[in-house]
Amino acid sequence: MYDVIIIGAGVNGAFIARDLAKYQLKILVIEKENDVGDVTSCANSAIIHSGYDPHPNTLKAKLNVLGNAMYDEICRDLDVEFSRLGSLTLAFSDEEAEQIPFLMERAQKNGVPVQLLNHDEILSMEPKINKQVKSALFAPSTGIINPFELVVALMENAMENGVELHLNEEVMKIIKEDNCYKIFSQCGEYSTKVVVNAAGLFADQINNMIMDSKETIIPRKGEYFVLDHFSEPFVSHVLFSIPTDQGKGVLVAPTTSQNYLIGPSSHFINEKDDFSTNQDILSQVLVSAQRMVNKIPMGKLIREFAGLRAFHVSNDFVINHQDGFINVLGMQSPGLASAPATSKMVMGFIKTYLPFVEKQNYKSKRRPLYRLNRLESEERNRLIKEHPSLGNIVCRCEQVSEGEVVDAIHRLCGATSIKGVKKRVRPGAGKCQGGFCEPLIMRILARELKQPLNKINYDNQKSYILLEKTKGGGQHDEL
Amino acid sequence: MMNYDLVVIGGGSAGLASAISAFDQGVKKILILEKDLYLGGILLQCIHNGFGLTKYKEELTGPEYADRYVNELKIRAIDFKVQTMVLKITPDLQVHFSNARDGYQIVQSKAIIMATGCSERTRGAINIPGDRVPGVLTAGLAQKYLNIDGYLVGKRIFILGSGDIGLIMARRMTLEGATVLGVAEIMPYSNGLSRNIVQCLQDFNIPLFLKHTVKRIIGKHHLEKIVVAEVDDHFNFVSGTEREWEVDTLMLSVGLIPSIPLIENIGVLVNPKTKGPLVDESFMTSIPGLFACGNALHVHDLVDFVSLEAEKTGLAVARYLNDSLKQDYKLLKTQAGKDLLYVLPNTVNLNNLERINFNFRVSRPLYDSYLNIIVNGKLLKKIKKAFMLPAEMESIELATSLLEEGVLEIEVADA
Amino acid sequence: MRELICIVCPRGCRLKINDKMMVTGNYCKRGETYARNEITKPMRMITSTVVIESKILDRLPVCTDKPIPKEQIFAVMEAINQVVVKAPIKIHDVIIENVLNLGVNIIATRTVEI
Repeated sequence: MYDVIIIGAGVNGAFIARDLAKYQLKILVIEKENDVGDVTSCANSAIIHSGYDPHPNTLKAKLNVLGNAMYDEICRDLDVEFSRLGSLTLAFSDEEAEQIPFLMERAQKNGVPVQLLNHDEILSMEPKINKQVKSALFAPSTGIINPFELVVALMENAMENGVELHLNEEVMKIIKEDNCYKIFSQCGEYSTKVVVNAAGLFADQINNMIMDSKETIIPRKGEYFVLDHFSEPFVSHVLFSIPTDQGKGVLVAPTTSQNYLIGPSSHFINEKDDFSTNQDILSQVLVSAQRMVNKIPMGKLIREFAGLRAFHVSNDFVINHQDGFINVLGMQSPGLASAPATSKMVMGFIKTYLPFVEKQNYKSKRRPLYRLNRLESEERNRLIKEHPSLGNIVCRCEQVSEGEVVDAIHRLCGATSIKGVKKRVRPGAGKCQGGFCEPLIMRILARELKQPLNKINYDNQKSYILLEKTKGGGQHDEL
Repeated sequence: MMNYDLVVIGGGSAGLASAISAFDQGVKKILILEKDLYLGGILLQCIHNGFGLTKYKEELTGPEYADRYVNELKIRAIDFKVQTMVLKITPDLQVHFSNARDGYQIVQSKAIIMATGCSERTRGAINIPGDRVPGVLTAGLAQKYLNIDGYLVGKRIFILGSGDIGLIMARRMTLEGATVLGVAEIMPYSNGLSRNIVQCLQDFNIPLFLKHTVKRIIGKHHLEKIVVAEVDDHFNFVSGTEREWEVDTLMLSVGLIPSIPLIENIGVLVNPKTKGPLVDESFMTSIPGLFACGNALHVHDLVDFVSLEAEKTGLAVARYLNDSLKQDYKLLKTQAGKDLLYVLPNTVNLNNLERINFNFRVSRPLYDSYLNIIVNGKLLKKIKKAFMLPAEMESIELATSLLEEGVLEIEVADA
Repeated sequence: MRELICIVCPRGCRLKINDKMMVTGNYCKRGETYARNEITKPMRMITSTVVIESKILDRLPVCTDKPIPKEQIFAVMEAINQVVVKAPIKIHDVIIENVLNLGVNIIATRTVEI
């Protein structure tokens, strides 16, 4: 019997798991994908919003502002890349400029520090912005984060403190018995006192398995461009356009890995597993971005991707509980920024069902990553002497060593696939998109996981990379 | 900190040939840094033949061509390190590298040759819309998996791009038991050598669809289908020409680009046409002492010309190091005229050489045409050319005594 | 009437050859010879890999030392696919002698020491 089962290991499930791990509770996280943070949590703008944008008195507004403030400590403890760059919300027309005072008022009601900037001030901060800019709202508390690192670090820390994780396991049925819930997956059956539904795009399905009041999540797609690193200065803040009811609109922003994101679009789709990109949508994204920054170096394009937002008709978060079943539903933007505060709210709910006795040997920090490129050569060489594989660089574009890849595989919540390595330590995310490094990473995964080369997949088992050995296999199916 | 006269970054064809040439011209302390386990570069996975026709008057396979150079290297006192990655170069010619044995090291050099080769254009860079699933990969990566690791990435293959890598892989995959369903080429003509069209496509009845490209990629966990359609003269899709193909592999052969992030970061001037560094007649970039040759400078078709260019670079480095490159400039700039994609080198100090090779590519196939060599607006020479193809780099050698300071333009003319 | 692309030089003339071995479309005499040979007895070189037992490589690149008849390509490939060699192998070692009695050897094109 578990105390809490969390369905979904996205950013919300992971924060909740980590927070619960402080207490003497038996926790299981069930995730249907091959890795944690594998769906919406790895395909978003990676922004920790300041919180001026949500309408005041919504759950979004409250949790966004609270959550934003919590990230410095969390990222220090968990060694996650996070940077408070600040954001500029830009007005290019008189109509847009008229919106700014309303946004400032909203900011004030939400308790978010903002500043009005004029044309000259904007251009001195960001010379690449289109000279037609009229005014801007500057929000210094906006941050950017490495969302892949975040979810992995949260789960790793949770697991180090005793939380169990089941991957590739999908919840098929939930029934309520006297004092507990029975959860059925395709390969197991579990009992638990409390259920947390953090199932993202499928949170409605999970809710509807057991609750009388039914919910609907509609996927809303956002498509993005990713630009490579480049040495000329480009933009150093998050640049937003004036929000509409479709959402925050297209942004141009640096990432914590020194790339640039351009996007997202916003359109409802039918299928919850449609992550395809589209020519016309992306062209529109580019047009919107070029309105803000007219010289975008598209020669630096390395990738496009699409993420799906879990849209709920209320356009707000749905965080409620009944009889030990807790919903964390409809967590679209600012879901990421709000997540630490969302988790605290859920803790409050769970406390009403379970005793919270703190663990004696709780570890709040995870062992930091090597991040060799930040070290002075003396420190770097000291580490390499201990672990020579830290000297063997296998990812040319992002300059990542074999030792760091091996570490990413063997940590708790470690990588088991090419995508898993990419999310944790970057090989494959750079300009070559795996062209140089994939064979090397594959060999390391095969060796460390003791699998034949062609059993190393891009993500889940169906996403194979190598089909079969030539010459009828021979005796060489092993390493 | 260790000191070298010359550090060569890359131990492939350009790196080996330039290091050997520099050594033979008297450069003493040379270090080659190679990221892979073996010297030889991309030649090691190019197991097909066609290399060495010009240089050795023989048809060699890639590994055989590499073998000759490695043997030449080993009988000379040239240092080299393998499984070593260069991480940084500074404008004052320090080289930072890392490997498991030496750790993170910095060496000071008097000259550096960038021989880092090129990389393949990716799906992301050309924005093919659709699902992002495994099964879409560049031809060079598929080649590595097949020829080095011994794995087929799939059995129902479609190839985008009729450049030689795609054509060579069409044959390789077919010989190893896969079915290649077709090759799509966005241009109205093929980019590959006709020898490869015959021996890689026609021999196996693989259709070539000119003026076609991939419109969409479809698959849930792995590639399942692609949509291929025709394009018009402006590269817009022609509606009604879409055709769906059930494939498990889409191999991309859509262009090679010089791989030079190490020097882009330190402000080396880049040639927007070749995407490689701007160089003068001595293969020196805009940073003094930093040279480039091979695919890192501009993409070549035949390794023989890489070796030739690299030999000249080694010689130029030797002259630079013993101060015999002329400091006083008699500067000629080059310009690509009508129907030319680019001309190299970008600048020439006429005082430095007696004869100079100008290398260029045309932007479309041309038959029975002429090349005008124009210096400062005056026609210097007219050369008749039976045929010129974008897929084949052209070379013209001129005596520098015929040239003068100013601008040299090469253009295509009818008569 | 058959149509061919000449491969002797990069010009790639489009050739036509009829039943009487008359060739048109060629820019030079070499094209004429090529077309006739290509119709009567087309020959090809094969390059491939064989399985190798070695500490450092899984596949050894090999090549035919002379062209083989085009219609034997897949038969020769089958012969190549059966082979397993053990390191050490020296470049140009004969891997299959007189493959399929065609008077052609399959030779290694790379040295593999261990």
